[in-house]
Amino acid sequence: MPEPFLKMTGISKVYPGIRAVDDISLSVSQGEVIGLVGENGAGKSTLMKILGGVVAPSAGSIELDGLAMERLTVGGSMRGGIAFVHQELNLFENLTAAANIFIGREPLKGGPLRLIDEEELNRRAEPYLKQLGADFAPETPVARLSLAQMQLVEIAKALSLKARLVIMDEPTSSLTASETERLLKIIARLKAESVSVIFISHRLAEIEGCADRVVVLRDGRRVAELGKVEIHAETMIRHMIGRDLKTLYRPPANPPGESILELTGVRTAYRPEQSVSLSVRRGEILGLAGLVGSGRTELARTIFGLEPLEGGSITIKGVAAPIASPSAAIARGLYLVPEDRKRSGLIVDFPIRENITLANLEAHAKRGLIDFDAEEKDALKQRQRLDIRSRGVSAPASSLSGGNQQKVVLAKWLSMEPQVLIFDEPTRGVDVGAKSEIYRLMRELSDHGVGILMISSDMEEVIGVSDRVAVMHEGRIAGFLERGELSEQSILSLAVGRIAA
Amino acid sequence: MINRKDLWLLILIIIVGTVVAIINPRFLSPINLSNTANLIGLFGIFAVAQAFVIISGGIELSVGSIIALLGVVFIDLVASEAVNPALAFVIVVAIGCLIGLLHGFLVAKLGLQPFVVTLCGLLIYRGIARYYTEDATAGFPFGASFPTLEWLTAGRFYGIPHSLIAFIVITLVMGVVLHKSVFGRYLFAVGKNEEAARYSGIHTARITIAAYVICCGLTAVAAVFIAMYTRSISPSSHGNFYELYAIAAAVLGGCSLRGGEGSIVGVVLGTVLLQVLQNLVNLLGIPSSLNFAVMGSVILIGVLADQQISRRAARVKAPAG
Repeated sequence: MPEPFLKMTGISKVYPGIRAVDDISLSVSQGEVIGLVGENGAGKSTLMKILGGVVAPSAGSIELDGLAMERLTVGGSMRGGIAFVHQELNLFENLTAAANIFIGREPLKGGPLRLIDEEELNRRAEPYLKQLGADFAPETPVARLSLAQMQLVEIAKALSLKARLVIMDEPTSSLTASETERLLKIIARLKAESVSVIFISHRLAEIEGCADRVVVLRDGRRVAELGKVEIHAETMIRHMIGRDLKTLYRPPANPPGESILELTGVRTAYRPEQSVSLSVRRGEILGLAGLVGSGRTELARTIFGLEPLEGGSITIKGVAAPIASPSAAIARGLYLVPEDRKRSGLIVDFPIRENITLANLEAHAKRGLIDFDAEEKDALKQRQRLDIRSRGVSAPASSLSGGNQQKVVLAKWLSMEPQVLIFDEPTRGVDVGAKSEIYRLMRELSDHGVGILMISSDMEEVIGVSDRVAVMHEGRIAGFLERGELSEQSILSLAVGRIAA
Repeated sequence: MINRKDLWLLILIIIVGTVVAIINPRFLSPINLSNTANLIGLFGIFAVAQAFVIISGGIELSVGSIIALLGVVFIDLVASEAVNPALAFVIVVAIGCLIGLLHGFLVAKLGLQPFVVTLCGLLIYRGIARYYTEDATAGFPFGASFPTLEWLTAGRFYGIPHSLIAFIVITLVMGVVLHKSVFGRYLFAVGKNEEAARYSGIHTARITIAAYVICCGLTAVAAVFIAMYTRSISPSSHGNFYELYAIAAAVLGGCSLRGGEGSIVGVVLGTVLLQVLQNLVNLLGIPSSLNFAVMGSVILIGVLADQQISRRAARVKAPAG
């Protein structure tokens, strides 16, 4: 193995209240493929952002070609030959493949007119695309390419920038099996041309297939490094989990009742070829686990009437009725606490009061005119019930902390007698104190007979809060786990698509 | 209900008014005041109308053409077809509402951009108005007289033009609709964050469509008043640029073109300021060709000042948050 050209030593990144990256060392040699694995939130993204120069580390040093420095800048990282192929591709869909590859470095003609030399542009792009075995011409508009082809454009761009290290963050999460196979071949080809790759994936089989070594992260720390012969999915899973989970679990007051939300063969527009069947019982919290991109949010959006139901049926309290819009869902007592609070959950410029009453304004109105006193009274009541920390209810929701904002979203629904509540990542961006309050509230609601479906990517939360867990994998339910069977191992095995032991 | 922004606008109006009155005392003469009040009434009605669409996050560019088309239709119905004026009024307002329904449908259901939809409306209705009259001026035949209609629309009550009274009534009603009704709250919600509004179970498309119906319906009302004020309509120029007056008044009054912001009081003050400026150009002997330039400059300065003030306010707040 040649001498590494990139060495990260003792890198840490501390955010208020959390060590996202904790004393991690990582070196990269020419032409090696490193698999980087870890659960959601293990610190992979932060570490990669440090490599990209987007985030400055709090401690540690980075050595690039023997030159030690405290941090990389975005420009320095690029000049050093580090390139990214992001999960969300950063391409201009309105431009051609060639134009994207050479964006900002277009060959010019016409002297002072500075016109783009399209022919030269395409001629220069050609060899890079050929090198990757691309089946499309440089002048193809990106909008007409498939996701896999767009990835090739990104990789070609990296190569044209003389990249020595290409970092691929979940590159296969939206690819079909054959596209994935082709990407793995391309990685092998890059390796043959002495380009190094850091490959981040939840699909452990792919890592088994392509990595020379694997680095496992957990809670911001590097917990294991596996050599070529040690790379097995079981070994990786074993290292990815195994932290002490705080026991948050509060058992329900009563055994679960009858099924209150029943999904039978539900097909979503996201993955119409798969179907989901599950039931949420009265008084239970059903956790919906799975990796990012497994289709949980899309399922929730479909149940709530935001996306069309492609097949199957949704039954609430024994009545199967189509839910064509959120207002139809709301009319039947099914509410959604969405993942993206600021975009979908709240109107952040609106006062707290108006956010709380927005979904139930008719109840605070007479003949179409708002009864402001009743509205204020109700908002204050909800504020007290949920302990929203604010001065009054007239301040805009944007002035609140994440936890208190989430409580406002909850307050909106709690004033309306929910039957079924869907939580999508209920405590993302919420501080620890508010977290436990939200969990307490969820249990309180379920004890009052509400059925709760909780989507979460936070293992601690899934295991700590759910009475039962359904695990999704690529648009289908990979398995159900009863309370007694819950462990990180069992959930993760299902989530990465391995058959439950 | 009056906020600080509106207060600044009011102060500005008073300052401009005072300056003009000092330079040319005719500003305060009963005739001038009455004329200005009439214009405020006429322009105010469709400025308030425009505000509803702007708050929904859209824009309505066909106001001037609608005023021309419906004005022509109204005069034709009353003068040539001998339709009862009250019935003609109802017909014209109904056509206005239908136009709004069409615009709203195209924007909310088919997802077309408001600018494009209403720009096409601007061209189409102007064209129809010209075709309808074969490009001739529409007016009442010589000697024809509709005393009740004329008194109602262009008359005065103790010197107060009825157009102003109509404007005040409409403003009060629409103020309640915008600031006190469930619909008004939903309108602000849709304009500010359509996605969150939908997640809260609001039928966002219906709200958007309603905004266009209200806008075009009220514009139709304005069209009748304006037709009766001018009494003859040359369809190629009648109402030209009126949509821009309306948008300018709404923006001066604190409406954001991004939607979700604005108040009735603001729009009223914006309308008043625009008309006072118009009056200033006339009374101070500024060449009337500079009319638009003066208006444009004042709006630009106003919007710039507003942005600087709110930026400074945000900076002051930032360290605390």
